[in-house]
Amino acid sequence: MNTVRQLDRVVIRFAGDSGDGMQLTGDRFTAETAKLGNDLSTLPNYPAEIRAPAGTLPGVSSFQIHFADSDILTPGDHPEVLIAMNPAALKANLRDLKPGGTIVVNTDEFTKRNLTKVGYGDNPLEDGSLEDYQVHAVALASLTIEALKDFDVSKKDAERSKNMFALGLVSWMYSRPTEATEEFLRGKFKAKPVIAEANIAALKAGWNYGDTTEAFAVRFEIPPAKLKAGTYRNITGNVALAWGITASGVATGLPVFLGAYPITPASDILHELSKHKRFGVTTVQAEDEIAAVGAALGASWGGALGVTTSSGPGIALKSETISLAVSLELPLVVVDVQRAGPSTGLPTKTEQADLVMAMFGRHGEAPIAVIAPQSPSDCFDIMLEAARIATTYRTPVMVLSDGYIANGAEPWQLPAMSDLPDLTVKFATEMNAVDAKGEEIFLPFQRDPETLARPWAVPGTPGLQHRIGGIEKADGTGDISYDPVNHDHMVRTRAAKIAGIEVPDLDVDDPTGDANVLVLGWGSTWGPIGAAVRGLREKGVTIARSHLRYLNPMPHNTARVLARYDKVVVPEMNLGQLTMLLRNNFPGTEVVGYNKVRGLPFTSNELQDALEEVIKNG
Amino acid sequence: MADVKLDAPKLKAKDFKSSQEVRWCPGCGDYAILAAVQSFLPELGLEREKIAFVSGIGCSSRFPYYLNTYGLHSIHGRAPAIATGLAVSRPDLSVWVVTGDGDALSIGGNHLIHALRRNVNLKILLFNNRIYGLTKGQYSPTSGPGTLTKSSPMGSVDAPFNPLSLALGSEATFVARTLDSDRAHLQEVLRAAAEHEGSAFVEIYQNCPIFNDGAFEVLKNPETRDESIIRLQDGEPITFGDKVVVQSGYGLQVKDASEADAADVVVHKADVDDPAYAFALSRLSGIALDHTPIGVFRNVKRPTYDAGVRSQVDEAAAGVDRKEALDRLLHSGDTWTVL
Repeated sequence: MNTVRQLDRVVIRFAGDSGDGMQLTGDRFTAETAKLGNDLSTLPNYPAEIRAPAGTLPGVSSFQIHFADSDILTPGDHPEVLIAMNPAALKANLRDLKPGGTIVVNTDEFTKRNLTKVGYGDNPLEDGSLEDYQVHAVALASLTIEALKDFDVSKKDAERSKNMFALGLVSWMYSRPTEATEEFLRGKFKAKPVIAEANIAALKAGWNYGDTTEAFAVRFEIPPAKLKAGTYRNITGNVALAWGITASGVATGLPVFLGAYPITPASDILHELSKHKRFGVTTVQAEDEIAAVGAALGASWGGALGVTTSSGPGIALKSETISLAVSLELPLVVVDVQRAGPSTGLPTKTEQADLVMAMFGRHGEAPIAVIAPQSPSDCFDIMLEAARIATTYRTPVMVLSDGYIANGAEPWQLPAMSDLPDLTVKFATEMNAVDAKGEEIFLPFQRDPETLARPWAVPGTPGLQHRIGGIEKADGTGDISYDPVNHDHMVRTRAAKIAGIEVPDLDVDDPTGDANVLVLGWGSTWGPIGAAVRGLREKGVTIARSHLRYLNPMPHNTARVLARYDKVVVPEMNLGQLTMLLRNNFPGTEVVGYNKVRGLPFTSNELQDALEEVIKNG
Repeated sequence: MADVKLDAPKLKAKDFKSSQEVRWCPGCGDYAILAAVQSFLPELGLEREKIAFVSGIGCSSRFPYYLNTYGLHSIHGRAPAIATGLAVSRPDLSVWVVTGDGDALSIGGNHLIHALRRNVNLKILLFNNRIYGLTKGQYSPTSGPGTLTKSSPMGSVDAPFNPLSLALGSEATFVARTLDSDRAHLQEVLRAAAEHEGSAFVEIYQNCPIFNDGAFEVLKNPETRDESIIRLQDGEPITFGDKVVVQSGYGLQVKDASEADAADVVVHKADVDDPAYAFALSRLSGIALDHTPIGVFRNVKRPTYDAGVRSQVDEAAAGVDRKEALDRLLHSGDTWTVL
């Protein structure tokens, strides 16, 4: 009989070769964990190559999940449990493992050849180098093959099910139910029921292996987290973003038009939206990034909600068209799922280094709205905000997601449809002015006095025929104008329009009200910063925190908030881009940057240390 | 627009003039094209608001400003992409693209070929003057080798594109050529283009009096034009002056009528499915403009991209209550409830 021990939280990392199905294994473990009601956060980490040479260090793919009986904010700094499907996975991930942590290894892959391939002289399972860890050496592959010997599947197919054996074993270790995964497998292999049943058998064999062998003396339970009442699902940032775009179509009453060109890590948004045509969502896989944004802008002109999704290199290509949209004053939503750059950089790794490009990376004075989601589920809400701003102010809106939240997952409390904002759009249908002769006319650049937005008169509207273009327009008439004074006026008006966008005030979390230091982040650092702040407060350290979802314009109370603190610490996965903006916008504020560009999110421990250092130094 | 019917015109040419002062150089071929288009547009039988002109950058791309329709003067080379977005989302509009040799064939080459291969419902008018006008006279991708310009003082060394060959190679379903100065022919070609369902590519030879004057003179001068222009007429043998066009090897060849057997003279058919025939026609003339066919080279039917995209959306969206479907989407898959 095994002992069952209660834990409040655990971090597990599944690691294997790119072909070992670790992302799928992680996804399924996540789904099981979500079903149990734990709070969770995940971090997939995979190579850019689809299949790097088997068994090599560059080919290692991993999936980390942190789950707990309370609310958590990050996928965890260091795993307590590592599942290593081969020597490369062990070697690449061992240094992250907590001292004394648990390792489950697939011994079948620990051959002399595979060990040599990754530079192990001796077998680490035998040379005593792992004696500080609890090692479970399991012949995952041969056990799986043995378990499937009565199935009509090839040895190769049987061997490929070893990830399900591993999932079964870990599910047993952490008392996760597997029924949903069984159902999932039946769906995934609908066309090949034998493969589905073989995978299910492997899953069960893994579970039973844990249950019957005495190697695993303890199994663990993590009770459900006390989350707010409601219905939850697990969601990644990219899916939430795609659903947010879909919801924006519903909320605005507009057809959605996505123009996109495949690029990591944004392609999944295109894939997801392609499935949602029933919402009146049109997706066009364009010939290039420029055509993608061009088609979206053309659709916006025609009265659709034009959206384009990409990553840094693609956004750079779209820059000229975004400037045209600024000049035309048409709605356009541009999503940048940032990745480590410049150029191809680390395409599957995360970074926040496109902020300055989003702000200024266009020719001429071309300000646009810039907003950033702070977590995977926030991607849903941020898209509704993008749609609100784009349609209300007839402007491009840049949404800065990143690889971390795009692929990371967390539980999401599902909104009620009655909570969906009403973003109904009114197109211009009538003349809006009278000319000198007293005749009614239409002025395409006559502005709403409050928003400074111009009318959105879509082609097909009788009587409102007009011409727009990239050449400077006379305010009001929209006629070509080379008048210097008019140009100055138009540049300032377009800037004022963006500066005047209504955004919610910046919230500050300063429970004691006497903190001297404020930590201010933006985008995906929300989780790690939150976890660091929580850790500091548990130690009795006083610190305030705040997070910018709106980068341009910044909330109108930002100056007041910053003025309350002696120092503002800004952690960013870049070399200080928000820091630079803050120093420019709020001179007099002492801004301290904490910057790293390693393609990985901050750990909460390193942030905690960095913040403590600033506080200590006064 | 999927279905343009050339009804009896209700509007007049003047109804399509905008209030903007036309600002091309005196003598520019664009004036003639503008006048021809303005007097043709009533034939579409559409209200003005149902027509949209999209252009890129260049002299020709100022075109939309001068028409009282909806118009968008966009950025260099990108008009076909922008027009694709409009055409896909707005089947009720007749969408036209006005572009030039630099705009369509140099900076925007990629968008042109993809619009044509997709067969998007766009009427693309390419004004070819074989020179960059707006930037003051550099050689273009249709300039002949050795063209002397400010950027090629010793003569350009580039080999030019044959725009029609390029369009045909891009799987275009409608390919035609006409002349700025021949209003009747120009309008005849526009009519055929408008009636075509899918991408219609029309090359219009256009004179730039400032930087490349007389580039097409051989096709206009009464002394040379009859032996230079081949007027393609569907169902008619291809003859011009005292010459005929016959099959030759893998292509076509011009022969003196006296030396050819009448039975060998090619009878023009724009709806020949194999693009090799239209391609061979496009190769009859080169930079020197000897034996230049004008008219409709190719006019075949193929499903259009925009209709295909729309039919998938329409099929999927039929009868769907979006809000209810969104609620179902959010709740699909694994969910759990916290009490």
